[in-house]
Amino acid sequence: MSSDHHHGGPLIDCDVHLPTPTVDQLGPYLSEHWREYIATAGFKGSMAVTSTHPPGARSSGHERLDGGFAEAMRNVRRHCLGESESARAVVSAHYGVETMGPPDFSTALSRAVNDWMLTACRDTDERLLASINVPPQYPDLAAEEIDRLAGDDRVVQVFVPARTSKPYGNRIYYPLLAAAERNGLPLGIHFGGMSWNPPTGVGWPSYYIEEYVGMAHVMQAQLSSLVFEGAFQRFPRLRVTVLEGGWTWLPSLMWRLDKEWKGIRREVPWVEEPPSTYLRRHVKLSIQPIDAPPDGPEVMTTIDQIGSDDVLMYASDFPHEHLSDPLALLDRLAPETASKVAYGNAAACYGVPSAPEPQESVR
Amino acid sequence: MKRYVVCQTHELPPGTRRIVDIDGRSIGVFNVDGEYYALRNTCPHQGAALCTGSLLGEVRSPCPGEYRYDGSRKLLQCPWHGWEFDLTTGQSWFDPARTRVRPYDVTVESGRSIAAGREGVVPGPYVAETLPVTVDDDYIVVTP
Repeated sequence: MSSDHHHGGPLIDCDVHLPTPTVDQLGPYLSEHWREYIATAGFKGSMAVTSTHPPGARSSGHERLDGGFAEAMRNVRRHCLGESESARAVVSAHYGVETMGPPDFSTALSRAVNDWMLTACRDTDERLLASINVPPQYPDLAAEEIDRLAGDDRVVQVFVPARTSKPYGNRIYYPLLAAAERNGLPLGIHFGGMSWNPPTGVGWPSYYIEEYVGMAHVMQAQLSSLVFEGAFQRFPRLRVTVLEGGWTWLPSLMWRLDKEWKGIRREVPWVEEPPSTYLRRHVKLSIQPIDAPPDGPEVMTTIDQIGSDDVLMYASDFPHEHLSDPLALLDRLAPETASKVAYGNAAACYGVPSAPEPQESVR
Repeated sequence: MKRYVVCQTHELPPGTRRIVDIDGRSIGVFNVDGEYYALRNTCPHQGAALCTGSLLGEVRSPCPGEYRYDGSRKLLQCPWHGWEFDLTTGQSWFDPARTRVRPYDVTVESGRSIAAGREGVVPGPYVAETLPVTVDDDYIVVTP
């Protein structure tokens, strides 16, 4: 956490990544049957994780996780929580279970990673909250895992990868969406994943950078699907977060969806309000990465165009490094807006009690 | 207020429409199941000939998979971009308060009352010179 930022209030960091647990670390959370299955199959861990954030890539920031688990957790505390008692960090440990064919193995790994993650949170810092893995390709099994863990106070979000075989508004996902809604957990659509579809809408790219930046398009396709397939009509209390997917594209997406809805809405008559209304009501986005010059006027115009103070949430995206500093953006916002982006919006989203006002120091 | 005779009733049977020029304005006159409607033939969006578009029932839905079709409500769909307008009120489906097209009153008058020279009735431009008004027929009259 930078010490020189001016926004003095507490932060909720809504996108923090734990080091990927090794197969050995997951052992205690797997049944004997699955431990034997892993050993005999030669399973060494999911490829999806190293595929979406290659260890050597500049953006991956793996040196902040390289010192082993204990050192990584110290870095999480130092960079994402700091000293404030009100601070919170929502952690995830993407394990790529969406790549796996065997439904029960995919589910067993989701459970093991979640139980490992919740133990890591408990042992590290009570201010850590968790975003749980589910196998989205098996929505019924995903729903069971949500129901299993939703009672744990640390569990505040369902983590699903941005890349899918079908977009999340599709009716095949109803069991997953219903479970998220009934348990009051937002569906956190996060950068990455390794579904059996290409990472772009136009096929397989040649280079990592194409996939990396292309995730902004994938996020827009997911939001478009959720709106037009009627997910927010069918599940009126469903909430969605867009994590590490950028957000500066939101105004142009809203404009386009609203514009076309006026003339094509008969095809999707359940969309009774302008699409941007659903997006503002149901969706929040993490502010890292910022796809605009952080010190220029463009980013302020974009925030105005979103038309709501309630949709952006602070995130460091630890340990990944971007070229823009999210704290510097907070410093440029009006105090009320900065406070919402830094804390209030995520507090509302994740059910965290509101932070006390920062105290003036008394001398 | 001037009122314009458009045609004889039998010239506009149910299910048909007619675009007429009234005092320099293009206006669509519709007969839907014996009820008459008239709307300005100009889409407020980009000026398309709105009244040449499809007449559709209303489709609404409380949630995905459920369709509530009301064929008694008629929506005129602009041929250019598909915006829907209520044939009765001229209000758009998506923004009824602010995006709307002008509706006009349509009445059926007997030739006798028109010929009697009721004040304000103009055996109007479209038919005045080609169709003599006879007392035994009924006429469609638009009030712009």
